[in-house]
Amino acid sequence: MDFYFGLAQLIGVHTLLGLSAYVVLLTGQVSLAQAGFFAIGAYVAAMLTVLAGWHLVPALGAAALTGATTACAVGFPALRVKGLMLVIATLAFGEGVRLFFFNFDYQIARGDVKVGPLGGEGFRQIRFFPENGWTTLEVMLFIWIFVLLVMALLWWLDRSRYGAVLRAVGEDELAAQSAGINLTAVKVSAITLGGAIAALGGGLYAHYATHIEHLSFGILLATFAIAYPIVGGLASVFGTLAAVLFVQGFLVEGLRDLGDWRNLLFGALIVLAMNLRPRGFLDAGNLRAIKRLFWGGGRGAP
Amino acid sequence: MALLELQGVSRHFGGVRAIDGLDLEVREGEILGLIGPNGSGKSTAVNVITGLYPPSAGRIAFDGRDITAAATHRRLSEGIARTFQNIRLFGGLTVWQNLWVAQNSARDRAARGFLSRWMGGQSGAREGIGKLLAFAGLAGREDELASNLAFGEQRRLEFARALAAKPKLLLLDEPAAGMNAGEIADLDERIRAVRERGVTVLLIEHHMELVMAVTDRVAVLNFGQKIAEGTPAQIQAHSAVRKAYLGGDH
Repeated sequence: MDFYFGLAQLIGVHTLLGLSAYVVLLTGQVSLAQAGFFAIGAYVAAMLTVLAGWHLVPALGAAALTGATTACAVGFPALRVKGLMLVIATLAFGEGVRLFFFNFDYQIARGDVKVGPLGGEGFRQIRFFPENGWTTLEVMLFIWIFVLLVMALLWWLDRSRYGAVLRAVGEDELAAQSAGINLTAVKVSAITLGGAIAALGGGLYAHYATHIEHLSFGILLATFAIAYPIVGGLASVFGTLAAVLFVQGFLVEGLRDLGDWRNLLFGALIVLAMNLRPRGFLDAGNLRAIKRLFWGGGRGAP
Repeated sequence: MALLELQGVSRHFGGVRAIDGLDLEVREGEILGLIGPNGSGKSTAVNVITGLYPPSAGRIAFDGRDITAAATHRRLSEGIARTFQNIRLFGGLTVWQNLWVAQNSARDRAARGFLSRWMGGQSGAREGIGKLLAFAGLAGREDELASNLAFGEQRRLEFARALAAKPKLLLLDEPAAGMNAGEIADLDERIRAVRERGVTVLLIEHHMELVMAVTDRVAVLNFGQKIAEGTPAQIQAHSAVRKAYLGGDH
């Protein structure tokens, strides 16, 4: 059973990562910086619980705040460029963060052992959960509380005028500007929110993994982050969740028995999924169909 | 009194002078037509007035304030709204949302707090948007995706979206393009109705019948310069205008 709880933890954390990219993607910006914010959140939260002895909840809050601040600072210069240039700029930022942690030592003595991040060795012994006697199930539930909170927040935002403005910017920047929308403010606010969500996910990841190192936060993770909302579709936050379930639950775990063939099939299935559903798993059309199924009738029925 | 004033405004693209030392005055409450042959700089003028292109030279004043360097979104809250020659709606948004996101006027900012304006639900905006929908003849279509509307409906929605910002000056960039006679008559009425509410209109148009019928004054551009200005009757009789359109000695 613990295996499934562990998988659910991973899926929860990756959903947060995917949602952080979803918010930015709503404004039409492809960001490969999300893994960087995730790494910042992981290190900040872990250092606060391990080195400063904080409880995990305020540590996660501080991690999210650090992620948001960094994202806001990166967003101002980065969002002046568009398209491929933005992809490269955010990728460079993500790699910069990874290399920073590759070189980052900050250890203090705790009895006869030293704790804290140690460059390429990584940051071991992040033992908040075991020290406080949390079971795998409890940790999983704890993670999913945050996942559900963030999903609810974004679901609600989507219904606000702000959510409509984010999508308007993603649809047509020229028209949005001419309709009085401040593009810079909207894009920076979206990446700031995305930075907070990614860092929250990173903080949770560090604590259930108990060991983090720079290699975990490379390009692969950045690619996953942006792939989730693209594969899942931008019609709703549930698309991202569906994509994480598909990729982590089915492709990565479900096909483990296939050994090395899995990697081959992995790419092929992503391509197949994108061909069958070019606008993502969940688009406006099948969301409406699902609503009709559950709530019956409604408007728009032919 | 001049609501919008362009003084010696130029915009060059490399060696091409799309507009070249343009002086133009739009008076408060009037409907001014801006006409000219293809490539005469009409659309560039609109893009410079709305701030999409910064001018290479010259000065633009709106409502007594210098807006030469103001950002596009700022100009909208000052009171300049526009439509596009090739319709630019938010296709993936509903009709309602297209109008909702455009409520960025200074009056909207003053009337509602930051949080209620951005995070509030649809109820706060219902009355204003209901009026716009009725004006555009789109009542009952508010949940339709904008991209699913017919061509004429999309034009009307874009018109309404420009009005959602409660502008003082409305720039219409070839609103009659692709419309049939009935739709043009409809547009004529709508432009007059907007002026009745105190909105000044700058109409860029190729369709001469509409321009001559609806405008108070007409300015004519050719090669980026103003070659004539006057009442529709004066313009029709103007020799330089006939020459620009027809060539030769008319």
